[in-house]
Amino acid sequence: MKPNSTPHSLPGPEDVTRATLSNGITVMARSNFNSPSVVVGGHLPCGSLFDPPDKLGLADFTALALMRGTEKYNFQQLYDLLESNAASLGFSGGTHTAGFSSHALAEDLPLLLDLIAESLAHPLFPPDEIGRLRAQLMTRLAIRAQDTAEMADLTFDQIIFEGHPYALPEDGWPETIQAITRDDLAKFHAVHYGPQGMVVAIVGAVNPQRAVEEAEKHLGGWKNPNQPAPPALPELKPLESAARRKVTIPGKAQSDLVIGAVGPTRKAPEYMAAALGNSVLGQFGLGGRIGDIVREKSGLAYYASSNLNAGVGPGSWTVGAGVNPKNVEKTIDLVVQEIRRFVRRAVSPEELADSQSNFVGRLPLSLESNAGVMNALLSIERYDLGLDYYRRYPVLVRAVTPAQVLETARRYLDPDKLAIAVAGP
Amino acid sequence: MKKAFTEATLSNGLKVLLKEIHTAPLVSSWLWYRVGSRDEPTGRTGISHWVEHMQFKGTPQFPASVLDKAISRDGGMWNAFTYMDWTTYFETMPADKIDLALRLEADRMTASLFDEKEVASERTVIISEREGSENEPLFRLGEAVQHAAFRVHPYHHEVIGDLADLQTMTRDDLYRHYRAFYVPNNAVMAVAGDFGTGDMLRRIRELYEPIPAAPVPPRLARPEPEAGGEHRLTVEGPGETTYIQVSYRAPAARHPDFFAMTVLDSLLAGPSSLNMFGGGGTSNKTSRLYCALVDAELAVSVNGGLISTIDPFLYTLTITVHPERKPAEVLEALDKEISRIREERVSEQEIARAVKQARALFAYGSESVTNQAFWLGHAEMFDTYNWFLTYLDKLAKITPAQVQEAAQKYLRPQNRVAGIYLPTGDGK
Repeated sequence: MKPNSTPHSLPGPEDVTRATLSNGITVMARSNFNSPSVVVGGHLPCGSLFDPPDKLGLADFTALALMRGTEKYNFQQLYDLLESNAASLGFSGGTHTAGFSSHALAEDLPLLLDLIAESLAHPLFPPDEIGRLRAQLMTRLAIRAQDTAEMADLTFDQIIFEGHPYALPEDGWPETIQAITRDDLAKFHAVHYGPQGMVVAIVGAVNPQRAVEEAEKHLGGWKNPNQPAPPALPELKPLESAARRKVTIPGKAQSDLVIGAVGPTRKAPEYMAAALGNSVLGQFGLGGRIGDIVREKSGLAYYASSNLNAGVGPGSWTVGAGVNPKNVEKTIDLVVQEIRRFVRRAVSPEELADSQSNFVGRLPLSLESNAGVMNALLSIERYDLGLDYYRRYPVLVRAVTPAQVLETARRYLDPDKLAIAVAGP
Repeated sequence: MKKAFTEATLSNGLKVLLKEIHTAPLVSSWLWYRVGSRDEPTGRTGISHWVEHMQFKGTPQFPASVLDKAISRDGGMWNAFTYMDWTTYFETMPADKIDLALRLEADRMTASLFDEKEVASERTVIISEREGSENEPLFRLGEAVQHAAFRVHPYHHEVIGDLADLQTMTRDDLYRHYRAFYVPNNAVMAVAGDFGTGDMLRRIRELYEPIPAAPVPPRLARPEPEAGGEHRLTVEGPGETTYIQVSYRAPAARHPDFFAMTVLDSLLAGPSSLNMFGGGGTSNKTSRLYCALVDAELAVSVNGGLISTIDPFLYTLTITVHPERKPAEVLEALDKEISRIREERVSEQEIARAVKQARALFAYGSESVTNQAFWLGHAEMFDTYNWFLTYLDKLAKITPAQVQEAAQKYLRPQNRVAGIYLPTGDGK
């Protein structure tokens, strides 16, 4: 069957608009008139890196509290405007940035931008609402403490990022959330929130020029001259030997385990080789080599895969699985053995070619929805990938060789210095 | 106007629905079988889901190791789901690669091997899947509530099945189930995306028409008798968080009351999105129960769920209790809100708002070819595609009187199971 669509469904320089608002906010826009909706998302540099140690979770708490009441709208009014139009908007805290994401029918773009601007520039942090939110955050932490996958991840980060802010949970601990006052939130907001370093992407049934004009109208006047620069990341000390930690969560039927090491940053030249290597190791098909050995051949787990998490600073390269508690040792042995094989001998040209085809072939699907394109545009901006990134992408993917994958794997994954975190009964 | 979709039935009874969408160079193909956990007698619970897993274990033409690589190599997304009334397999692929998916599904309709060794290894994978679910308090509570709600009807067990059966079912049990239900006259093929209908239908005929029809076992039909009063139950387990699940007997998807219940759910717990794959929904912070429970600091979250099923299933409210509150206080406040919607007629405006929300959520779904192909086939599993096409019109016709009647008929305490998950602490 012949495809009938236009060839250029991937974003590129001629169909992505990039503009700077009068206060410095970067706006990216791309139109898609195939559906009547629009998405608006973005981020600004006020993440948990700014959290004081005794108030971990402050940045996250602040981001989540922005919509609890503003100068123009109280909580109920704000959500009534959104929900009556079946629109959505949410803020969340990250390590480097606070992010937001929203969608609506295209005709409601001004409404979304108004609510985003109100929440960012004029939140009131009403004490009653902060009390309700605090109870929700405390519940979330109580649920986290019972979640074997989340606790294994958190523990893994504590091992590989020891002494580095990445070791700290963005959502804090129960005692640090309890220690945060309403005034802490207001102060954090007043100091750190501002247009400097903010990026907004708008994708959907709207003309890009109009999208930029609407953004200017709602966000262009926002100022915060004293916004501090993000703190520099300290050096990360590599693990000198294998390290293992177990979190006991009584009464659970399954244990989660995470095995791995520090990974490359997103901007590292070897990132693509790591991403393709990761695909061979534990993604391609039903979980690559890891899925094959742990799930298909040994029947040990319903899910087993490897993951490469790359961001602004050092990332992580991990293998994760959920297994019966009595199979934890057996699974760890299999995974370590597989990592050993991965760094001993280069992946075969066929294996690499499979993953390369997958990376290129899946682009249309990952960029089908407005949200998919929005995330792509935000990554382009955050990691300086260039507006032509998705057009160059097939060449970048196919340029990687088995030798480069091996070199990258050896650089990051030392089978004798792996961190292992287990959470379960 | 161009016809929105094409429907055809092959000589062997396979029903085919095709919908051209030329927004992205993608095609999403779904093959649906009328078999699910409701077709499982005691002793073989979980068999439909296990058969679904075995469908990924290869045929002579597509051995397991070839199968998963072939789809991924082309950049496709594929998966399968088993539910109470149905089992489905889908592939979303670049448009010029979809032929692989069509060939693969035709092949595994009849030729899956069910190798003894693969069955053994998948047994422990599925038990592991069940253990992963058992880690979740809401799974354990949901399983107990569902079982209490259905003594007779086979909706009484979870799709994953009971451990006792997962430990004892044999390769021959699985293979028999597969051969009995995986026949063209028990299946619906739904394809949406960037193709020409004529070419697509020709290719489907070529691949699927040679597969012979066969008699299909009758579906288990054991109607659940009227509930004789409210059931209350508790489940105890680790953690510090208390959850409540209240499930009312609800109408089947085809029943006219289903749409009044949809409006009721929207007013009580916020609008539900039909978008399984992208497009998104909205929050529920202005819904009646959010205001009565979360704003009132009795709960930290509340959600509603109405499921489209062949036979009457459940309308379920799931509540996470506020850390400083007791479940009895929450149930009391919930009952007050339920009484209010039973006794006081809702306004026209409230219904109009719910309909407007549904329209917008419906529109978001058009962003994803996969979502559109899903509905093309899914609606056939409990009614016909027309159910989906007329969904908004049916909602728009609902009156305040109908909402009240539905509330009085279904949201009675005698018609429900109220389950509480009581945490036993973190074990420290």
